[in-house]
Amino acid sequence: MRGLDLQSSQEVLQHSRAQFWITVLAGMREIWAHKFRSLLTMLGIILGVSSLVAMSAMVAGMEKGAKEALVAIGGLEKVRIESQDLPVYQRHLWDQAVGITINDVYALQASAPLVTRLSPEMRLPASVSAQGKTYRPWVCSGVWPVAFELSEHVVEHGRMLNELDEEMARNVCVIGTATRDELWGAPDKVGTEIIPVGETIFINGTPFTIVGMFKHYESEQERKTRELEKLQAQQQPQQNQTAVGVSRDRGHGGGGRRRGNFVFYLKNATIYMPLNTMWMKFRSGMSYTGFGGNFQQTGGAGGATGDPRLSSLELKIQSVDLLPESLQQVQNVLMSTHKGIEDFTFRTQEDWAEQINTFVRNARLSGGLIAGISLLVGGIGIMNIMLASISERVREIGIRKSVGASTSDIFIQILVESVIIAVVGGLVGMATSFGLVQMLSSFSPTDNAPIITPLTLLVAFSFSVLAGILAGIFPAIKASRLNPIQALRYE
Amino acid sequence: MALVELRNVSKIYQLGGEEIRALDDVSLDIDSGEFISIIGPSGSGKSTLMHILGCLDSPSKGTIQLDGVMIQNASARELAAMRNRKIGFVFQFFNLLPKLNVTQNVELPMIYSGINGKERRKRALAALEAVDLVNRAKHRPSQLSGGQQQRVAIARALVNDPRIIFADEPTGNLDSHTGDAILSLFRRLSQEGRTIVLVTHDPEIAAVTPRRIEIRDGKIATKVDLTLAGLAGRQTAANLSQPSPSA
Repeated sequence: MRGLDLQSSQEVLQHSRAQFWITVLAGMREIWAHKFRSLLTMLGIILGVSSLVAMSAMVAGMEKGAKEALVAIGGLEKVRIESQDLPVYQRHLWDQAVGITINDVYALQASAPLVTRLSPEMRLPASVSAQGKTYRPWVCSGVWPVAFELSEHVVEHGRMLNELDEEMARNVCVIGTATRDELWGAPDKVGTEIIPVGETIFINGTPFTIVGMFKHYESEQERKTRELEKLQAQQQPQQNQTAVGVSRDRGHGGGGRRRGNFVFYLKNATIYMPLNTMWMKFRSGMSYTGFGGNFQQTGGAGGATGDPRLSSLELKIQSVDLLPESLQQVQNVLMSTHKGIEDFTFRTQEDWAEQINTFVRNARLSGGLIAGISLLVGGIGIMNIMLASISERVREIGIRKSVGASTSDIFIQILVESVIIAVVGGLVGMATSFGLVQMLSSFSPTDNAPIITPLTLLVAFSFSVLAGILAGIFPAIKASRLNPIQALRYE
Repeated sequence: MALVELRNVSKIYQLGGEEIRALDDVSLDIDSGEFISIIGPSGSGKSTLMHILGCLDSPSKGTIQLDGVMIQNASARELAAMRNRKIGFVFQFFNLLPKLNVTQNVELPMIYSGINGKERRKRALAALEAVDLVNRAKHRPSQLSGGQQQRVAIARALVNDPRIIFADEPTGNLDSHTGDAILSLFRRLSQEGRTIVLVTHDPEIAAVTPRRIEIRDGKIATKVDLTLAGLAGRQTAANLSQPSPSA
């Protein structure tokens, strides 16, 4: 019984640890003995891992870009307060509901410390005319200068509206490029860029002086396309004179310049004037956006001291983390100024943030699926080569069994070899992914530079190890079940 | 108690619905320290007997006791442990692993019995010393002659200090001179007290062992064929005018 005596558990552990390293060493030797074959096998895993990493890096980059865009339009910190129909249980109070007023702004300034910026807005359904043309802009609002900061507007020509314009209720306005395009003509239609600063524009018949124009907002893609066309136009100037010039105009309908992304078009089709001017000149003819019937009885008094109602109110809070608290604070203040009548509602950017998250999740899922399939293919490659390898080594397995290797010894040996291939493949794949990401970003240089995170690397690596284990199990079972007598006879 | 006790052992294969009795009701005792040859023509069942004795195979019927352990119903893991600790094999085709050097080949059984590296090296060198091959320790099997390879195989069989060594046609792939050297090595090991079972079809080789068992048609032949058993000298065999099986 000597040899079969029970060993102490510590001895067994020590024994199996030593044996494990011998097995790993033997596996490496085996792989090294078939360098080229092993390399080809690893290639599957290398490609799988590097595509997985590159894919998630690109999604991470896109996510960052989208989040940045969200911040650019005011970010999650931007909250819009709009008028709303009264809830059913307060319908009888309709004549007490005043809507959002400038008094709300003052109250919030005084009592809502979590709110950092407040921008009241009065909208006018306007039609503007100049140069004998008439046009209805998307937005014609009276605002405080702080609105430009809140909506991320940049004045490229002329100047912004300022406090003086506001105080004196001057007839001045700042326009977006789409307004210019409609009234004076788009640059690619008339050939040169017209800057109508100093020109007079009629808003619902009242003359205004344009003091500034925003920069042209467009997506990255639009900018690239436009610059490319410009370059091509410069290269072939003589051909562009007649027919070609016309065909280049891909204007949609009346708009000279291509409208492109709808969001950017809307941001361009704007006219802003001081809030006081809006009140002074247009209050009597005003209708409100988003109102119930109770708003129709507009108080007649004009001027800054008269009807203080607004169409909406935008505010910025300290941080997104404090969004619920901030909203509660604003709610409390407004409930007091509105005498408990809930005739207002909050619009946050959370819907958009949710959309971004959904997009990122989908992109990650589809990217992960593709990369997962390539890892699967890599795993199948490993299994294939392990099966070939064990059928070459039937005799070796027989010899090992005859000197006392148990079924599990052989199983572990084959499995370890498979996992070594996968681990080496995974490591090389992670290194390759950095190069791959470089290559991808040089193909399409956008603001959304891919980001490789440690978590991505970890996940990709564990998947490669998993592929190695799964791929090794079947060949290992097959090898370990070989009959030693037949294996020894095998030629 | 004998080292090996075989009682009514049968090995039956089913081949295309037909029953083939490779071993038929064999009983056999081998004592510790015996030097014994199992002899028989090919297909007689001697290899099957060796496989069962060597824990490579299990019998269909009957009982086997090896060094006090009943192995007819042992699991694959227990059989592997028996092969590892109590049995050494020497094969006709040496069966060394070509990718390992001589020392690593000799160390192989000890890897599966979990002996640490230093101890392995020491015992491997001792075993190589016993077969007089220490100077070839770092060579690959392919760099050695047939006789040297077989001595490495014997060193490997010895290294775990087994209770019994099985040699399956150990000289079958060697020229007669080298074969004689291997046989005298076995004789020397026997004199040192090892139990050795020599499986062969060659009566001349069987002649070196004090005890011979002849297998015919899966049974131990009761009437010993003197020629086949190698009891008769070469001349005697010629005088008997029987066709010599070794011819």
